Amino acid sequence: MSSTLDKLRQAAAPPPAPPPPPKTPPRPSQDSPGRRAIRRFARHRLAMLGLVIVTLFVLVAILAPLIAPYDPVATSWARIRKAPSSAFWFGTDENGRDVLSRVIWGARASLMAGIVSVAAAIGLGVPFGLWAGLAGGWTDAVISRVADAMLSVPFLILAIALAAFLGPALENAMLAIAISATPIFVRLARGMALEAKATDWVEAARALGNPPWRTALRHVLPNIVPPLLVQGTLAIAEAIIAEASLSFLGLGQQPPSPSWGSMLNAAQRFLTQAPWMAIYPGLAIFLVVLAFNLVGDGLRDALDPRSDKNK
Amino acid sequence: MGIWLLRRLGQIIPTLLILSVLIFGLQQLMPGDPALILAGEERGDPQVLAEIRAELLLDRPLWQQYLAWLGRVLTGDFGFSWRIRMPVAQLILEKLPVTLQLALMAFVIAVLIGVPLGIVSAVWKDRPVDWAANGAALAGISTPNFWLGIMLILLFSVQLGWLPPSGYVSLFEDPWQSLATTIMPAFVLGNSIAGVLMRHTRAAMLTALSQDYVRTARAKGLTERMVVVKHALRNALIPVVTLGTIELGRLLAGAVLTEQIFTIPGFGKLIVDAVFNRDYPVVQGVVMATALIFVLLSLLADLLYMAINPRLRAS
Repeated sequence: MSSTLDKLRQAAAPPPAPPPPPKTPPRPSQDSPGRRAIRRFARHRLAMLGLVIVTLFVLVAILAPLIAPYDPVATSWARIRKAPSSAFWFGTDENGRDVLSRVIWGARASLMAGIVSVAAAIGLGVPFGLWAGLAGGWTDAVISRVADAMLSVPFLILAIALAAFLGPALENAMLAIAISATPIFVRLARGMALEAKATDWVEAARALGNPPWRTALRHVLPNIVPPLLVQGTLAIAEAIIAEASLSFLGLGQQPPSPSWGSMLNAAQRFLTQAPWMAIYPGLAIFLVVLAFNLVGDGLRDALDPRSDKNK
Repeated sequence: MGIWLLRRLGQIIPTLLILSVLIFGLQQLMPGDPALILAGEERGDPQVLAEIRAELLLDRPLWQQYLAWLGRVLTGDFGFSWRIRMPVAQLILEKLPVTLQLALMAFVIAVLIGVPLGIVSAVWKDRPVDWAANGAALAGISTPNFWLGIMLILLFSVQLGWLPPSGYVSLFEDPWQSLATTIMPAFVLGNSIAGVLMRHTRAAMLTALSQDYVRTARAKGLTERMVVVKHALRNALIPVVTLGTIELGRLLAGAVLTEQIFTIPGFGKLIVDAVFNRDYPVVQGVVMATALIFVLLSLLADLLYMAINPRLRAS
């Protein structure tokens, strides 16, 4: 667990700040902004709790074959809709499958959809945002209007429409979520690029004859890592809910492969006879989304010293 | 003011045009030939297929198809539903009032929960009340809408038997029954934005409470209650009203799953049914209508912002 923790901490650390103005005396090395952010994050008890829960879910997803007590797709007519017991902690579903094993395996679909689609959205949105912000003019106008157009359709409706046209499959749901989440990152990167463009060091980099892509990569990108980390974490939470929603509607993970959303869909038909089928998958979504939100809020507080004022 | 409105419209129109290209482009993602879907039983007959293609302009180049489609959309004609031979625009107008009732009830619920919680948590910042309110907001934001709906049905319909688990009765038919069928879905929808409203209110109140005029009000001996209600709250509500208007648009997205869970025949159920029936003109129409509503709401938010903020009214 500590390795994941360390990785996240390293990632949480913003890159070295631009050279401080000569007036201020050089800071002692252990007091760099990055280290201060890590310390602030580590002191944030709720954020650490969120990080622990996220890590646990990641471990559950990776180790699913080892820890799931039963085969998640094995049906059995002998044990249909059995209430939770010592043999089946979360009960069994309408086909006699073990709900606990399906919740454990379902973590894979959820986390993968959340993380992969947000990574894709960042990979797609950030270059376009940087390009728009640094180039300005018509390029900026076109990219910004396209982002505006996509943002004018609520996230979930856009994802549903895309998934509908792409056809029902987990990969298509992930693609739909990634595309729907992209404009947020275009906006974020564009804003940061505009802010950076006005600074002296970017001015200097350009004056020295660096090509625009190099300026973007070396001087703008490092500065957008902190806000990207915050926005990305919160976007994962939203993407997980979106994946569950699409799977609930039958547009995501296809049966019999387990996913929390499709489990809830099946559960709705047996609410009177087998409420446990509805309780546990939903609880899993709630917990993992809550955890990502806690980490995102904690990162925001840790990385943005200005937010201390309102906290 | 007039110039401002023109400039704003100058932003909105290109945005909507680009959106129309994107929505039209959705068709190209679709696997398979729409003519085959439409032909149904007669898909073996090349004559029928050719007729359908000619009728839908599927035999023309893409840009001609787009322009023809856009021309019809601009006159309010979103085409015909493939499933139920009915104009898409009429379908949308039929379903919209149901969702509107739901959204307005949800909004009232969200304001009743979110704004007071935001106020108390700002006034008693860093006290247990603040922690509890923040925790409640975070839990609300993290709860998947459709799961909350299922849990409420489990509690109030299955266990207690107080409320009907699904269905919808129009407000004009039987107001009481209408309320009984919509209170749970409205709460589910409202819950999704109550947390967001709480956070907005808290942040705005904290900013307002740290202003000089609040210090002055305190210094001249006003009661804390007067300071909070008359001085801080009135100013804090300005951003909350605008942000709240935009959140109203997000309720449309929330309505998709909520209506599905509670089988309410509204706007959200329309798009889901259309998706299942591969009724693509309806999907396109609903997305376009949602975007239009959303854009109009953000315009309304800007106008409200100017209307309630006396400092901006003059300019």
